[in-house]
Amino acid sequence: MPQRRGDVILFDRPPAVDAWAAVGGKKEGEGPLAAGFDLLFEDNRLGQPTWEKAESELQRQCMNQLLRRAGLAPDALSLVFGGDLQCQCTASHYAMRQLDVPFAGLYGACSTMAEGLALAACFAACGLADRAAALTSSHFCTAERQYRTPLTYGGKRTPTAQWTATAAGAVLLTPTGRGPQVGAVCFGRVRDFDVTDINNMGAAMAPAAAETLLRFFARSGRRPEDYDAIYTGDLGFVGSRLLLEILQAEGLPLQNHQDCGLLLYDRARQQVKAGGSGAGCSAAVLAAHILPGLAKGQLRRVLLLSTGALMSQTTFLQGESIPGIAHLVELLAPDVPV
Amino acid sequence: MKLTPQQYKPMVKAASPPSPLWKDCLWAFFVGGAICLLGEGLRQAYLAQGFPLTDAGTLTSVTLIALSGLATGLGLYQKLAAKAGAGTLVPITGFANAVVSPAIEFKEEGFITGVGAKLFLIAGPVIVYGVAASSLWGLVWYVLRPWVG
Repeated sequence: MPQRRGDVILFDRPPAVDAWAAVGGKKEGEGPLAAGFDLLFEDNRLGQPTWEKAESELQRQCMNQLLRRAGLAPDALSLVFGGDLQCQCTASHYAMRQLDVPFAGLYGACSTMAEGLALAACFAACGLADRAAALTSSHFCTAERQYRTPLTYGGKRTPTAQWTATAAGAVLLTPTGRGPQVGAVCFGRVRDFDVTDINNMGAAMAPAAAETLLRFFARSGRRPEDYDAIYTGDLGFVGSRLLLEILQAEGLPLQNHQDCGLLLYDRARQQVKAGGSGAGCSAAVLAAHILPGLAKGQLRRVLLLSTGALMSQTTFLQGESIPGIAHLVELLAPDVPV
Repeated sequence: MKLTPQQYKPMVKAASPPSPLWKDCLWAFFVGGAICLLGEGLRQAYLAQGFPLTDAGTLTSVTLIALSGLATGLGLYQKLAAKAGAGTLVPITGFANAVVSPAIEFKEEGFITGVGAKLFLIAGPVIVYGVAASSLWGLVWYVLRPWVG
C-alpha cells in the first residue's frame, strides 16, 4: 500500500515505466539529445495549416510512438493524464479527440509532465489503472503567439529569456513491470516570491522547486547524495543558479543538479539565451535522455522536478507577480530496490 | 523554507545577467542610423526626380514602409531586429513591422476577427496616444495662438 508522509507519497510496490516516447522539432533535432528522440520534424508546422494544429499533431505522433513501443492498441490504455500550454489546453484535447481513451486534463504549465507522471503513478500503484499514461507538449510558435508577440515581430529577447521547446513526451506506467520504476512522488505547492519579470521565469520558479525538494528530503528519508542526478524541468541558467543558492542557504547543498532546459539545447551554439522551457522540455528530456539512461543502468536513482510558472498574460498585465510550482517524481533503474 | 520574498529580490538581481548595454546601444545606433540614411538617400533620389519636398518626404516614408512590410513577410526583419533592438523598432519601419506581423500571424483566425481585429494589436497604443497627444496640443495651441501670434 502506498504510504503518505507529509507531501511525499512513497510506493512500497513501485509502478513501472512500460514505455516512453519523445518527439521534437527543428531546434530539438539540432540539439545534444537529438539521438534520443523517436521522431524529429524539420518542419515545425508538421504539414498542418496552423501552429495550434501542429502542436496537436506533435502530441498525436508522440502517442503513436508510445503505443508502438508498448505494442498496444490505443484502447488498451486505462487513463491518460495530459495537458499543454495553450489556452484551455486545446493541443491535448484535440489530440485526444482521436483516441478513444479516458482522459484527465491537467494544467501545470511547464510542470505538467511531472504532475501527470505523479498522478499516473498513484493510479497505477493503487490498482486503479493497469496502463496509465502521462502526455504533454509545447510548441515554440503557439507559445509565442499566445504569451508574447507574433513570430515576425521585430522584438529582442533578454538574456534571462528562455526558448519554448517544440516537443512532446509521453510515458506509460503499469502497476508492476521490468522497466524503470517510480519510487515516490511529491506534489508541489504554489509559491509566489514576488517575481514580476515575465522574461525571467527561472527566477519565478526556483523557490517552488527548492521547497518541493526540501519537503521531499525532510519526510522521505532520502538524501541528495542518494541520487545520480536531480533534474529540474526548466529553471534554465538563472533559475538553476538561484535554486542552488537557496538550497545552500537552507543547509541542503546540491552537487548533482541538472536542468532539462540546459540539457535540451546547446546554449553556446543555439541562441536560446537562458535555456529551454515549455511543458514539452522536461517531457522530452525525460523520454529522450533520463528514462533510456535508467533502462540501460547508466543512471540508477534520479529525481525529476518539472517546474511551472502559473501566471497568465492577463495577470501579468495587471501587475501581478508570477507564482511557481514544482512536482517531484523519483525514478529508479529496473533492478534498484525502493 | 526560511527565505522571504524580500531576501529573494537581491538574489534574483545578482543572478540575472543584465543586457549588454554597450553592445545593444551600438547595434541600435548603427542600424537605426543606417535605416535613416537609407531614408535620406531615398528622399534625395525622389527630389532629383523632380518631386517637391513634401511629396519626396511622403514617398520616402511610403517606400520605407513597403520595404519593411516586405522584409517582415519574408521573415528577415525579425532577424535584424533580434540584434538591432531599438534601431529597428524606432524608425517608421518598426511601426510597419508592428502592423504587418499581426496581419500575417492572425490570418488563420479570419480576415475580420483575425487580421482586422488584431491588426493594431502592437501598434494600437502609438495611434491612440499619438492622436490623443495631437488633439491635446491642438487645444493648447488654439488657446495660446492669439497670444503668440
